[in-house]
Amino acid sequence: MTEIKPAVKPRSAMVGNHRSFSWITEKICGIAEEKTPVWWWWCFAVACIVASFTVIGITYLVATGVGVWGHRNPVNWAWDIVNFVFWIGIGHAGTLISAILCLLRQKWRTSINRSAEAMTIFAVVCAGIFPVFHVGRVWYAWFLFPLPNSNYIWQNYRSPLEWDVFAVSTYGTVSVLFWYVGMIPDLATMRDRFNAVGKTLKARLYGFFAMGWRGSSRHWSNYEMAYLILAGISTPLVLSVHTIVSFDFAVSLLPGWHTTIFPPYFVAGAIFSGFGMVLTLILPLRAVYHLEDLITQYHIDCMCKVILATGTMVGYAYAMEFFIAWYSSNPYEGFAFINRAFGPYWWSYFIMIACNVITPQFFWFKGIRENTTLVFILSLFVNVGMWFERFVIIATSLARDFLPSSWGYYSPSIVEIFTFFGTFGVFSVLFLLFIRFLPIMAIAELKAVTPQADPHAGHDSSH
Amino acid sequence: MAKLFPKSFNKLPLQLALYLVFVVCVATAGITYYMTPKYTRVGYAPIQPVPYSHAKHVGELGLDCRYCHSTIDTAGAAVPTSQTCMNCHNQIKTTSPALALIRESYQTGKSVPWVHVHVMPSYVYFDHSIHVNRGVSCVECHGNINHMEVVTQKKPMSMGFCLDCHRDPASHVREKADIYNLDSKTIAQTQGIEAARKFVHDWKINPPQSCSGCHR
Repeated sequence: MTEIKPAVKPRSAMVGNHRSFSWITEKICGIAEEKTPVWWWWCFAVACIVASFTVIGITYLVATGVGVWGHRNPVNWAWDIVNFVFWIGIGHAGTLISAILCLLRQKWRTSINRSAEAMTIFAVVCAGIFPVFHVGRVWYAWFLFPLPNSNYIWQNYRSPLEWDVFAVSTYGTVSVLFWYVGMIPDLATMRDRFNAVGKTLKARLYGFFAMGWRGSSRHWSNYEMAYLILAGISTPLVLSVHTIVSFDFAVSLLPGWHTTIFPPYFVAGAIFSGFGMVLTLILPLRAVYHLEDLITQYHIDCMCKVILATGTMVGYAYAMEFFIAWYSSNPYEGFAFINRAFGPYWWSYFIMIACNVITPQFFWFKGIRENTTLVFILSLFVNVGMWFERFVIIATSLARDFLPSSWGYYSPSIVEIFTFFGTFGVFSVLFLLFIRFLPIMAIAELKAVTPQADPHAGHDSSH
Repeated sequence: MAKLFPKSFNKLPLQLALYLVFVVCVATAGITYYMTPKYTRVGYAPIQPVPYSHAKHVGELGLDCRYCHSTIDTAGAAVPTSQTCMNCHNQIKTTSPALALIRESYQTGKSVPWVHVHVMPSYVYFDHSIHVNRGVSCVECHGNINHMEVVTQKKPMSMGFCLDCHRDPASHVREKADIYNLDSKTIAQTQGIEAARKFVHDWKINPPQSCSGCHR
């Protein structure tokens, strides 16, 4: 009998063109060290102008009252919660990439995890704006936390909205820690480079945040352990945060919300939208800074496949909701879903289906995955679709509640539209500052996944 | 390569942690002292336009609260009109300069500008009658007015203060005869907490604890 040897399929290189360690350092640090490019200033100016819409909208709301938003009976929750869920969902890709893919030893995470984690944090910032200002008297927002007070006001722990407070604040804290801890070796690299060229002030600034990192073995050992622990803490967060966000709806008794499929369906949707946003951010970044050797076609393929998988899950959930509405024979449930697709908000339902169910199916095709422009455009559709998903869930169920006499049609006010529009500016301002001042990729980790870092580099992998 | 930071920076994390603990303690103490009603309201004793002494009128002469605050057990709190004062003061101390404002008010019909001491926010629904008719004495919220030369706020009147009693009425109720006797003791003090609980039960004292009980 002859021995059958399986064909050795070479793994895709994580760093293209056999780039050296020093090339990687020069490339990533160079982005933050070079003179501020003109395009950056233009983008920053536009982002600031857009962000001012949120600032003005929020100022007007605080000065006037929460009625400046378009909520009216029966839709007392609308764009604010839609936008909150939209932004918080986007963050999930960052946590998935940094935590779950880290534990699963998915090497392709290294070139995108830093910017995805930044995206997570900035998305949480944008998400937080909406519920905080929806409380109306924002200076009482501290009532959300269990602080002793002379009013004896205590939180209602049976309310999923209170669970949200803890889910989101934990999520924000852990994400910042993860991002920061991962950045310490790279901040030390930048500190040393600034110091070497005599820019002492900058060296001190980066050095302060590098916390005296010298790259000794003990440092690396502690660092690896800290990173692993944080990955362990973050992993349940990927699933729990959006599960709890979905409880805002699933725990209520409204037809169309009160379904057990919500937690997994929301988590899948969150990862779907998050990867959409990662691609939307990373593809232009890759083009502008010529990062093709670090974000290779393999990376884009992986992300497209995640979008395909999670998008299909979301499509399955849409179908299953309809099936259960029919199978349960509950007339209210049945009405909620027929109304969702064919009621007054039919247009948003079909935008949602087109963007979330049809768009990802294009990623079955290799030719499409390799066309960067097309991937970018499709990722935009994913973002749009996921916003509409939340809008469909929230507006259709509330606008047609149990009491037909109170049925209504919700339209956003101009203040609401401006406030939401402005959050894209807030997000962009933060992201532009990030790419300008911080290492946008994990330099140390990238070096570890280069072919030459493999102890077997240059040898036949068959032994 | 020159050193970027002096060696003392090694202690920085510890120093920052200690500093943070310090800031949190100071902030907690500061907020408690400067922002909670227990400290901001208790002790408030504004100078009144007429130096009316509850100690003299109630404590020494034995006027009943309801002689002046006449609607207290049927409706809300009432500050007496100058006519009430003049019931007696047209006979005694008719020329006292301290009472000039009262006489002027009596003649012109213009109110005496008394200064509000115990202020209840307008978003709180509070009715005196249900309290005094269900065993809650004046003294529970106002303190021993009968010994005060100048009316002083003795209790914080915060929401927590209200809830203390609404959650545990048995420790605060008095016999009906003792409601306006500000030196009396509660039922719990004289007959024990079991008797007080029985009183609460028999008198159907069921103070609301939901938001809409007071914030209507």
